[in-house]
Amino acid sequence: MSKILIIAEHNGTELNNATAKCVSCAAATEGSIHILVLAADGAAVAAQAAGIAGVEEVISINHANFAQVLAATQAPEIAAIAADYSHIYGPSSTFGRDLMPRVAALLGVNQVADIMSVKGPRSFQRPVYAGNAIIDVSVPEGMTIVATIRMASWAAAEGGNSAAVSKREASAETPTHSRYIGLKTEGGDLPDLQSANRVIAGGRGLGSEENFQLIYQLASKLGAGVGASRAAVDAGYVPNDMQVGQTGKIISPDLYMAFGISGAIQHVTGIKDAGTIVAINKDAEAPIFEVADIGLVGDLFSIIPEIEAAI
Amino acid sequence: MKILVGIKRVVDYNVRVRVKPDGSGVDLDGAKMSINPFDEIALEEALRLREAGKAAEVIVVSIGPNACQQQLRTGLAMGADRAIQVDTEERLQPLAVARTFLAIAEKEQPGLFIVGKQAIDDDNSQTGQMLAALWNRPQATFASEVQVEGDTATVTREVDAGLETIEIDLPAVITTDLRLNEPRFVKLPDIMKAKRKPLEVIPLSDLGVANDNTLEIEHFAPPATREKGIMVDSAEALVTELKNRGLL
Ligand SMILES: Cc1cc2nc3c(=O)[nH]c(=O)nc-3n(C[C@H](O)[C@H](O)[C@H](O)COP(=O)(O)OP(=O)(O)OC[C@H]3O[C@@H](n4cnc5c(N)ncnc54)[C@H](O)[C@@H]3O)c2cc1C
Repeated sequence: MSKILIIAEHNGTELNNATAKCVSCAAATEGSIHILVLAADGAAVAAQAAGIAGVEEVISINHANFAQVLAATQAPEIAAIAADYSHIYGPSSTFGRDLMPRVAALLGVNQVADIMSVKGPRSFQRPVYAGNAIIDVSVPEGMTIVATIRMASWAAAEGGNSAAVSKREASAETPTHSRYIGLKTEGGDLPDLQSANRVIAGGRGLGSEENFQLIYQLASKLGAGVGASRAAVDAGYVPNDMQVGQTGKIISPDLYMAFGISGAIQHVTGIKDAGTIVAINKDAEAPIFEVADIGLVGDLFSIIPEIEAAI
Repeated sequence: MKILVGIKRVVDYNVRVRVKPDGSGVDLDGAKMSINPFDEIALEEALRLREAGKAAEVIVVSIGPNACQQQLRTGLAMGADRAIQVDTEERLQPLAVARTFLAIAEKEQPGLFIVGKQAIDDDNSQTGQMLAALWNRPQATFASEVQVEGDTATVTREVDAGLETIEIDLPAVITTDLRLNEPRFVKLPDIMKAKRKPLEVIPLSDLGVANDNTLEIEHFAPPATREKGIMVDSAEALVTELKNRGLL
């Protein structure tokens, strides 16, 4: 039977919701599910991980070197306990995409990226070509499966569990060649883009950072997260962490409303899993209308106030 | 210091890629091929570091059949000093690519190895990290700013939570994100000049790279299509529709 180890994503005190999504994928893979928490003091995070339904055991390794997340520091520790497992899963967030290939290389295997669905214990589906094709990937017997889990494809596993937490000592040597300096966040109090039920997004059509306030206002009225196209980020209207798409965030809200976004394939691949896509664009030929469930042709600057008035 | 830049020949990002009816792959017959956009950014960054006096030589490396010489020539025209083609007909997976890059790195001893954060065909996002692991050197992935000072680099990374900064000792691997720079356009005289720059061809078999532990890719399918949507003609109608669907 499969033994699956999930690498917890957290910020030192709080477990990221991505971890519970990995648990759902692990449950579909079938096998015993363990979660590994690497932290300076992981007690709080380990307790949260132990609460996720389906988890059998949480392994907590505390070490000062794990106070910040550095792939070069964490990968050797994960590789050191990998021999006990058939599968090692992490989220396909920037955290997991940075870390998991490093783990895979230390184990001498290729990594399965962005698992969308599980077809069998060693067989998966994943997107390629910006989501223009879905491939079936199998991992031959005898190879440890190292994979990242595409978060938009999986719902978070429920809570209510109280799995055992076991503490272990760090065993791998820590390299000193990489040092964490700091993190700059700008998102403020907006709901997290990747877990928000509603997302309001703006593109180049907004025209300026000031005009983008219209998007923020509508979002706060609807309790929605805020997303953006690459063009809007490149133009400096919004920070990078709001970019949605092939090279930004892949999201799956119930409602996605795109204002002044043309619908380039690289953008659309990030919203294909949304429940309902609404597009507002002044160009009736914009490709975004090909994927929109509800489309409205018109000038966003008059339409946004009209929507607010009608809600 | 030398900088090595990995360049992958991929279908151009403007091409609408379609799956072949028999599921054996995607149809790229006659499709325009280009340097992977992220690798172009990697090369631009290397050239800027050289122009700022931080590096002496920029070498572009591509793994593939002769066709990828076209992308290497473009890299030379952009300003790389020389090119290496690791010649193979095989489509290598990231681990073997990383092993190949390592073999080249051991030969060339670069201070930096810069690659794109992902290739837009396989969307794997693995090669740079794997190279760093095998080389036992630091990795700075998803870079949006790079500063080199002596034996260290300070790199700003685009992460889900915002912008993270790390400091790494050289030699190191950097993978590039879109906002690191805007690659220069190639001018006609540069294309002429590039024809005279050295392009070395090394058969993959000469490097003794193992290509084991590969994944089996069995079937290509088109993505699920969404049902055709409706058009509404006013903001009020839109709000009514959203309310009817229980979304507002
Ligand atoms: C390797 C690579 C990766 C990429 N990754 C991503 C990614 O992750 N995410 C992403 O988004 N893009 C990505 N892109 C870029 C992508 O190709 C497009 O360039 C980008 O999505 C365009 O953004 P946009 O729709 O805001 O701008 P545009 O394409 O310029 O569209 C603006 C739209 O606004 C409309 N508009 C203008 N004014 C108004 C108005 N007053 N009212 C209503 N509508 C108006 C216009 O009709 C137009 O349709 C990537 C590109 C490459 C090459």
